[in-house]
Amino acid sequence: MKTVIRATGIVTRFGDRTIHDGVSLHIEENEIYGILGESGSGKSVLMKEMIMLLEPNAGKMEVLGRELGKISFEESQKLRREWGVLFQFGALYSSLTIAENIEVQLKEYTKLSKRMRDKLVRSKIALVGLDAHVGSLYPAELSGGMIKRAALARALAMEPRLLFLDEPTSGLDPVGARNFDKLIVELRDMLGITVVMITHDLDSIFNIVDRMAVLADKRVVAEGTIKDVLRSTHPFVEAFFKNEYTKEKFADKLKEGERDVQ
Amino acid sequence: MNGEFLTWQADQDQIILKAKGEWTLHYVPQIEAELQHLPSAKKLLWDLSEVKDFDSSGVLLFIEYLKRFQKQMQVEVVNYTPSQKEMYDLLREHMVADIPERKQSFLDEVGEATVETLHDIKDFITFLGHLFATFFYAFTHPRTIRFKETVYHIHQSGFNALVIIAMTSFLVGMVIAYQGAVELAKFGADIFIVDTVGISIVRELGPMITAIVIAGRSGSAYTAEIGAMKITEEIAAMRTMGFDPYNFLVLPRIFALMIALPLLIFFSDIIGILGGMVASEMVTGISYDQFISRLYEVLEVKHYILGMIKGPVFAFVIAAIGCFRGFQVSDNTESIGLHTTASVVNSIFMVIAFDALFSVIYTDLGL
Repeated sequence: MKTVIRATGIVTRFGDRTIHDGVSLHIEENEIYGILGESGSGKSVLMKEMIMLLEPNAGKMEVLGRELGKISFEESQKLRREWGVLFQFGALYSSLTIAENIEVQLKEYTKLSKRMRDKLVRSKIALVGLDAHVGSLYPAELSGGMIKRAALARALAMEPRLLFLDEPTSGLDPVGARNFDKLIVELRDMLGITVVMITHDLDSIFNIVDRMAVLADKRVVAEGTIKDVLRSTHPFVEAFFKNEYTKEKFADKLKEGERDVQ
Repeated sequence: MNGEFLTWQADQDQIILKAKGEWTLHYVPQIEAELQHLPSAKKLLWDLSEVKDFDSSGVLLFIEYLKRFQKQMQVEVVNYTPSQKEMYDLLREHMVADIPERKQSFLDEVGEATVETLHDIKDFITFLGHLFATFFYAFTHPRTIRFKETVYHIHQSGFNALVIIAMTSFLVGMVIAYQGAVELAKFGADIFIVDTVGISIVRELGPMITAIVIAGRSGSAYTAEIGAMKITEEIAAMRTMGFDPYNFLVLPRIFALMIALPLLIFFSDIIGILGGMVASEMVTGISYDQFISRLYEVLEVKHYILGMIKGPVFAFVIAAIGCFRGFQVSDNTESIGLHTTASVVNSIFMVIAFDALFSVIYTDLGL
């Protein structure tokens, strides 16, 4: 197994406010990695630091074998083509149709013929389970769930090895959310990609996430598989995983975890 | 034949084609170029054992050329991995039909634009109706007027615009005096520059410059503010709480501008005349004392009043159009820009149109 992302001692401050105080984690190839934490714990900030939208005040962030703080502009541009990002609210370009949104990077960065680009766009639209006619609509004409799917298709356009998802199931109905989970697993299995996702969704966490990091108190308080995380006695982990609701709903999964601990 | 991604050996009956290297997005154009050179034969044996890496674009290319070759000859694919097969199956079945194009003929566009303009006019009339209803309600129930917001907007659109109004008015005053003085000097009528500057600024230019600056500055801001609130559903939220957006958002802005604009015009008049006075002194040597005493003689109060009357009218036009365009913003970011542009263009045009109307009325009344 290759390590795809390695964060070491990340420190982030906004003015006087410290968000991260020595966050370290590593993400292996081909796994679905969850980033959990209460709101305001800096999950999104950490993800933004992985995709070079923000720079940490201290610490080392390595993505796909390159250290982000030290790479040149050309290298960083190249790196940006190797990952896909799904933003929480889609962030589709509102002046382009869905098909154009998916095509835009292919057009800009590859020498593919129009015919080939078209094929890729159509296969991506099918891959995320949308209809052909959606391709010619503008983002403003789509529902929330469709926007998420279209944005995922756009994130996959450049055949990335690494996929970042910011709360992929938030705002979706429960059935849609489970289908989306299934889609993520399928894509991972088939395309061999690594998925990093921020999520609060307990179903996703128990069912599709392989390993995860729990952010609280400005650092990673638990990292690993669900079993590893359940071993932690940190108040946030206790509150999040060992409340009445979770105990009832995921009783079997929790028991499995406990059995292993003993 | 030995390429970077393909090697083939051909004899009369059969071609053995070996695919190799990385069949990924980046190399697809190169691979396609190599594929096009493949000769035809009875049978094709396509060996995938040396493909190091592939992604869905590579597989799509494979599918396309496989179909093409199958039409020409008998094809057998060998030595593929299970994951290649899996992706092949998935992509072969999973492809949506052609994406319908959204093309419009010229006539469609003209028709659509016409209908849209008619709708705009209808909507604007509805908006005015709402506005006047709220107006009368506010007058009969003065307690519902939002004084705090009104004062805030007077500060934003009025006080904060003083510097830019001062600069433009001063420069326009100077330009008028410069242009006029040269011509008048030819007739030895230098002193009439005071009449020219005084009357033109107070009657026409002061109100006009102020209104245009405010249309660009505050009209656009009103559209953008209300438009952003519309996108974030703040306006819908206000409605559900029983806060009438006309009372909370539109009236304060209109009242504020109707109060602030006449004050700004007064300010603009003074600075404009000052600019003319400075320029006159520089070009024709009319002293400040001479200028001011001549101004007392020729600038009747009626000119000042006629100019001032325009203030509240212009203010109403600018604020109403600004707010109306804000409410028209639909839920995408591009729409804010389009409507802000429309708001400024419409309000500047309407200001000039109303100014022309005033001129006609004043002339007919012999003022």
